[in-house]
Amino acid sequence: MPFIPHTPDDIAAMLATIGVDSIEALFDEIPAGLRVGAQALDAIPGALSEMEITRLMQSRARADGRPLCFIGAGAYEHHIPAAVWQIATRGEFYSAYTPYQAEASQGTLQLLYEFQSMMTALTGLDVSNASLYDGASALAEAVLMAVRANRQTKSQRVLVPRALHPAYRRTLRAIVEPQGIELVDVDFDPRGGYTPIERLEAAIGAGECAAVVINQPNFFGILETVDELTDWAHAHKALAIAVVNPVALALLSPPGEWGAKGVDIACGEAQPLGMPLSSGGPYAGFLCCKQEHVRQLPGRIVGRTLDLDGKPGFTLTLQAREQHIRRGKATSNICTNQGLLVTAATIHMALLGAEGLERVAASCHANTRRLGELLGAISGVEPLFERPVFHELALRLPAPTADLLRSLATEDILGGFDLGPDYPELAPALLVCATEVRTEDELRRYADTLARLIATSAN
Amino acid sequence: MSNLPADLKYTKTHEWVRDNGDGTVTVGITDHAQDALGDIVFVEVPENGRTVAAEDACAVVESVKAASDIYSPIAGEIVEGNAALADTPDAINTSPYGDGWIFRLTPADMGVLDGLLDAAAYEQVVADES
Repeated sequence: MPFIPHTPDDIAAMLATIGVDSIEALFDEIPAGLRVGAQALDAIPGALSEMEITRLMQSRARADGRPLCFIGAGAYEHHIPAAVWQIATRGEFYSAYTPYQAEASQGTLQLLYEFQSMMTALTGLDVSNASLYDGASALAEAVLMAVRANRQTKSQRVLVPRALHPAYRRTLRAIVEPQGIELVDVDFDPRGGYTPIERLEAAIGAGECAAVVINQPNFFGILETVDELTDWAHAHKALAIAVVNPVALALLSPPGEWGAKGVDIACGEAQPLGMPLSSGGPYAGFLCCKQEHVRQLPGRIVGRTLDLDGKPGFTLTLQAREQHIRRGKATSNICTNQGLLVTAATIHMALLGAEGLERVAASCHANTRRLGELLGAISGVEPLFERPVFHELALRLPAPTADLLRSLATEDILGGFDLGPDYPELAPALLVCATEVRTEDELRRYADTLARLIATSAN
Repeated sequence: MSNLPADLKYTKTHEWVRDNGDGTVTVGITDHAQDALGDIVFVEVPENGRTVAAEDACAVVESVKAASDIYSPIAGEIVEGNAALADTPDAINTSPYGDGWIFRLTPADMGVLDGLLDAAAYEQVVADES
């Protein structure tokens, strides 16, 4: 069979089957004004040679400049050792999207096993799956999982802090609300930018909830009082779900140790572990939990076992509730696994080691504090919240945020994330981030430029 | 032919029901069902006090290769899940009508029991399936 679709005969046969005279007739319900029309294709230039296309692409890349990035807000610029992608793109890893004959792919399975082991070490929990689509959908899966797993209450309500990433909150709505789960917003303290217990009390009222989402650090970069929040959840028969930054975990206490009992589920975005900023993706979500919830964990788990000859081997295990077996009753039907990115994350963590990751985290924290000092010295700029942060900082600005960000961009500085559209009550406000890749010179350049722009806008 | 005690009632979905004579019934899966599933590695039993309708999926039995719903044969209120299965799920393989029971419930109407299959009728269901 030739893999050339749509010969004129094919088209005629298909049109005849559905009883339409021509392709034009098929499309005639689309208003003419919205149709491109054949002549529009003339605007597409002719073919270029390889050398010409290289030259064109390089000039387009130069037009983008080499901006300094101070945007965090869920995606972080970190140094990635060259070896990470050199190894990850080896054919053996790069080609295996999904090991369909899983046990024949011992190298991939061993790598996933290492990833799971590292994630459980970072989160302080018992088990990890082999990744999900991204951090936001991992949270949605965590919520669905918590509602299934919680047998102490029939409540379908889940408390979600407003200080959680707005995109995560939107993703959560889109995935779990149609499944009958009610998401209850928990407001943050307007002065501290954190989520106090009183806000949880206010949100739950007299009712119950199945789970409480706790993010550390929160969207404003602020460290939440996670021990109290976790204990509060357990005292109210709710499961505790942590949303965490894996780099921050190198310094902060792992979710498995929060409060008296530790959280039940932890999830987050693995992008800071060796995935470059790449116009929004692809990213990878991670999901870990206590042993008692392992049957409700979506996705695959790789186990280590012994073969008939007593030699160690790796195998997919606990997959009796996966889609290929349970279909509509599977624990999840969107547990897309990010094998290649997990490969990169595993190599990244292995190269850095626990100490290396800790140094990265400490350096991020120090740079952000320094940036806070420099920016805070600018007249009219002040921290929005007086609480400890990890590597992000919310600032109040004396001029409209969007205007300043546009001006900064013309000077090749990506100045941060405008908090106004998602949190109108905070505007004009800016979220800035300084990871370990920012130098003192760069921090100063940002502060000097921002000071100049603010002075100009005041005149 | 697999073991089919004559004093039990059966369903087309391979559950068995024992009238305990005290207003409760005990439910498990048949010898035929456990044999078809293979090595059972995990059982999720229903929580006490839960009200179930007939044919509600209320427990899950996991073997090495599949997870299967167990349906309540009869409407009522769950009075006990077999907690021992958490540690010994294979009791369902070794003793499907004994230690491998899954849950007990108080039927809303004990008379419904008469409408379930007897051993001979269930045997016919199994024979028709194969």
